[in-house]
Amino acid sequence: MNSRRIREDVRLFLVAIPVLLWTLIPIYHLFILSISNEKAMLAGKFWPDEPTLQNYRIVLNQQHYYLNNFWLQLFNSFLVAAAVGVITLFVATLAAFSISRLRTPGGRTIMNLALATYLIPAAFLAVPMYKAMGSYGMLNSKWALILAMVALASPYAIWVLKQASDKLPAELDEAAVIDGASPLQIFRLVYLPLMAPSMVAIGVYALLLAWNEYLYAFLLLSNEKQLTLAVALGQFLGADDSPWNILMATGMIYALPPMVIYYTFRKYMVSGLTAGAVKS
Amino acid sequence: MTAATASFDMANRTPARRWFDDPMKLWGILMLIPYALVFLVLVTYPVAYGLYLGLKPQSYVELFRDPAFAVAAWNTVLFLVIAVNLKFLMALALSGFFMAQRGWVKAILVIFLLPWAMPSIPTILSVRFLLNPEWGLVNAQLFKWFQIDGPNWLNDPQIAFGAAIFMHIWKSLPFWTLILITGRMAISKDLYEAADVDGASRWQQFRFITWPSLAALYVTSTILSIIWTLGDFNSVYLLTGGGPGDRTHVLATLGIRYLRIDKLDLGIAAIITAMPFVLPLVFVMVKRLSRGPQDD
Repeated sequence: MNSRRIREDVRLFLVAIPVLLWTLIPIYHLFILSISNEKAMLAGKFWPDEPTLQNYRIVLNQQHYYLNNFWLQLFNSFLVAAAVGVITLFVATLAAFSISRLRTPGGRTIMNLALATYLIPAAFLAVPMYKAMGSYGMLNSKWALILAMVALASPYAIWVLKQASDKLPAELDEAAVIDGASPLQIFRLVYLPLMAPSMVAIGVYALLLAWNEYLYAFLLLSNEKQLTLAVALGQFLGADDSPWNILMATGMIYALPPMVIYYTFRKYMVSGLTAGAVKS
Repeated sequence: MTAATASFDMANRTPARRWFDDPMKLWGILMLIPYALVFLVLVTYPVAYGLYLGLKPQSYVELFRDPAFAVAAWNTVLFLVIAVNLKFLMALALSGFFMAQRGWVKAILVIFLLPWAMPSIPTILSVRFLLNPEWGLVNAQLFKWFQIDGPNWLNDPQIAFGAAIFMHIWKSLPFWTLILITGRMAISKDLYEAADVDGASRWQQFRFITWPSLAALYVTSTILSIIWTLGDFNSVYLLTGGGPGDRTHVLATLGIRYLRIDKLDLGIAAIITAMPFVLPLVFVMVKRLSRGPQDD
């Protein structure tokens, strides 16, 4: 029995090593570049000579040409992500309640239209979206990005919330109606408290989607002061002799908030999103 | 108004249904308005505008004459076939690995999710520099240990394209592995125990218990992943920029390339050309996903 367990452990271990290497090499490389000085950055070693936090200092003090607006751009990223999270939750919770609990006529059609939007690759909608924002006169405004991301995030949000909402027993509403509750009271007093875990998952999903978005941000925003950090990172690629170590330090700072949020809410995320994500 | 008087009230009025039916409908419609607005302003209008711009036959003539389009179309097919299949075979195998009842395997799962939790830009750029022919770690180490000059990775169209596929799989593997883990957890443990008693081999257990239970989920996930892989812009654009010489573009990046060289109509035409392949998949998936639990 015991030798069987050891054999099993060895076998698992032989899988674990390549899995860890595969996962960690790009991230480890990102980290060591971010603590390399200029010379070490070009040396291609597994651990830099004289590791330094200098790059982080340069980023935080905005001491590089590419980073003149670092704090502003970081703030823009926060603002866009928070706004997309809040607006998506507002739009999607109301829609899911209406479709699932109030059984509004036409709700199913809207659900299907939303699903179709969710399934068409966002990169294909980007060019038409860019033209449309141009004709609304909204190019280069953070609102263009916020609205575009709400449009991309809300279909999935509605769908997941509707799935969760369908699972609540119908007797709840019936009992509330008998007690004389209006639809708005049902929404506020019965529905919202019960849906809170799914809403956390969806809020975080929309927030992270917006924080991580590169393509739409890069199409819709061009003014230095409106950019989100994602686009600012991409701008480093403009020159051949880019300061990759400073770029990677900025990238580490940029990657940190979503990772903290993700791992904080991991329980909600995994059960809330994957359970609904694919039905067999 | 207390509960007792409310129900008493309702019992006494004959047209009781209308009493709450109307506010239900009214509120139902009011609550759908925000999303309806989002859909009209941010989906319907852009799509209609796009279709209108895509009406010019001249754009299609020009598009089909552009060699970059043929390359991108072929690349897209290759990307889909290789990336999706490889990703799912890996996810299938790894989901089995992560089912092992060991604390340290669970800990590895937490690390394994990092690519999913992290934004893709920093990690893609990290790999881009990793493969830099002069200063990158890979070629530096190749030279140090074997005294050979490594290839000019991202300047070779085939290697660059392979690297973009790697990047895509690296980023999306954790999500699909989680999905398949969820699927495996739904399989009853009794089945495996019974198979163990009967002396079934590992392969037989997979072949006759795991696979039949996972097959439907595997197919649905694959279709979904095909659609999303088609839209992966970052893995190609941030790693290779479509280069060298426009040889690694896929349709998702080609549209943006046209936008940047001021040939927006061609970008729209390229996307519309892909629609006959995309829309059937979307249609199938909408039907599969919109089935409520009560219809199953």
